Amino acid sequence: MSAGEESGIAGNGRGYLSERGWRSWAFTLDHKRIGAMYLWSTIVFFLLGGVFALLLRLELLSPQAKYFSNHAYNVFFTLHGAMMIFLFVIPAIPSGLGNFLIPLHLGAKDVAFPRLNLASYWIFAAGFLVIIGSLVAPMDTGWTFYTPYSAKTGAAVATLSLGVFLIGMSSILTGLNFIVTIHKLRAPGMTWHRLPLFIWSMYATSIIQVVATPVVGVTFLLLAAERLLGVGFFDPSKGGDPVLFQHFFWFYSHPVVYVMILPAMGIVSEVIPVFSRKPIFGYNAIAYSSLAIAFIGFLVWGHHMFTSGMSPLANTIFSFLTFFVAVPTAVKVFNWIATLYRGSITFESPMLYALTFIFLFIIGGLTGPFLGALATNVQLHDTYFVVAHFHYTMMGGTVMGFFAGLHYWFPKMTGRMLNEKVARVAWALVFLGFNLTFFTMFIAGTRGMPRRYAEYIPKFHTENVISTVGSAILALGILVMMWNFVQGLRKGAQAPSDPWRSLTLEWRAASPPETENFHEIPQVADWPYGYGTRKA
Amino acid sequence: MSHGSAGSRRIYYGVFAALITLTVVTVMVSYIDLGLLNVAVALLIASAKASLVALFFMHLKGESGLVWGFALVPIFFLALIIFGTLLDTQLR
Repeated sequence: MSAGEESGIAGNGRGYLSERGWRSWAFTLDHKRIGAMYLWSTIVFFLLGGVFALLLRLELLSPQAKYFSNHAYNVFFTLHGAMMIFLFVIPAIPSGLGNFLIPLHLGAKDVAFPRLNLASYWIFAAGFLVIIGSLVAPMDTGWTFYTPYSAKTGAAVATLSLGVFLIGMSSILTGLNFIVTIHKLRAPGMTWHRLPLFIWSMYATSIIQVVATPVVGVTFLLLAAERLLGVGFFDPSKGGDPVLFQHFFWFYSHPVVYVMILPAMGIVSEVIPVFSRKPIFGYNAIAYSSLAIAFIGFLVWGHHMFTSGMSPLANTIFSFLTFFVAVPTAVKVFNWIATLYRGSITFESPMLYALTFIFLFIIGGLTGPFLGALATNVQLHDTYFVVAHFHYTMMGGTVMGFFAGLHYWFPKMTGRMLNEKVARVAWALVFLGFNLTFFTMFIAGTRGMPRRYAEYIPKFHTENVISTVGSAILALGILVMMWNFVQGLRKGAQAPSDPWRSLTLEWRAASPPETENFHEIPQVADWPYGYGTRKA
Repeated sequence: MSHGSAGSRRIYYGVFAALITLTVVTVMVSYIDLGLLNVAVALLIASAKASLVALFFMHLKGESGLVWGFALVPIFFLALIIFGTLLDTQLR
């Protein structure tokens, strides 16, 4: 008997999806619907950002610019970066899966402030509409908006900044909502050390969102003042400093990579024990390492600026501090591997993506110290090595974690099962395509190929051809995955309440859950990772 | 907590008066040349005003330790960004 049946909740209804019509979505206060709206929106931007990436790869098939102008190439990599970062990777897991799952994980009926939650989504929507509006004079600065170029280009910098400002505001409100929800709405008996690890990671993420995001908002206001009023914060001829912009930008944008990766780590911490049928190893270490990563992540922003003319002492201190991030990160990886040790491992699609996360993230993580060390950074800065490192951590890490989460919770969110065979084919294509695309970039980067150029010298041709072929395979894998999602939604088999025999509270609700999740607020008497130690 | 009693209204008016006074002081001090100290004084007065708003208008005064924690932690991060940036700009 499944946990859902135990709690007397039938899993054969449409649950929170019962109500139809656009109003039922636009004005909903249900965290699950709001989460679903975030998911749909972010997946659309993921696909759009992917199209820009494919255009870049197409251009790089030949050493000479063949299909697009240099300006178009600059626009494409800016839009690829801006969309992927601000409209997909940052909001997808926290606002999408987080919204859907946090109250369910806690045994709550909803988030603490449902109206604020809806406002967050619509502020996010306003943000992406403004960003789309900026395409009338598309940005060509790269997603980092560096001055002095961003202060004088004719592109719609102020418009895109406003869009990102709104996205940031939405992010702050979501983070605030989650912090209060986690503090105040835990089910009876749900002590801090009985929280699912996904909640710990979301808590750490939310703190970063609330503390760091205002800084980038203010930075964009300063940039707007620079462009519109000629103030000169970042203009040396008026007593300003362009490197100051980089300080402000990275004070937000480095911690925000942990907004991207921590929730994915939370998903991996949920998936690994379920498909190993073993209790999670080192619960406390994994939980507290999330907080440690969030804290240390604030101390290392200067490592993006080693070649920007920063003071030697600052370079040295930021380099030294950077290595500390590796410690809590490695703690998580060791504990996941220890959980796998002697487990009864099965390779369903969520587990395949979770294991892929670990494999790729180790490569991404271990290439970090090369960039954190001052001597090698000078050689590797702005080469394809950085592009490869970033994509191994953010796509190999965050996106694979996101895919693991989508496959794991798809039955809960939709009430339908996915076709497992198709899911595995998609995974194989994604895994192969990803490594072909990005591993070759490590090689091109160490051989000196600079990033952000539409043209390159012929000696890098082979790597670029392999990378472009890989990107096509990766795109095919993602298309197969999306097709599987659509088919699953249309005619997937009915999902039971708990298809994976999981112990966290969301599986006690029906699939899909009712509007207020549980008929009765659950009582919690144990941690949720007792796999292999009782009937689970 | 009662926000509308005569006592609390008196406090709000008092805080409002203090904020206006401090604003006038800020403007007056800007006419006196104290060198670098002008910035320090302006920041000090601004901090005092922000504290008054947080304590009384935002009711931090009567809040629990947890809320105080969330109010104070960002000050650490503010100090961090100022320190980290000065570490660069003052030592180049």
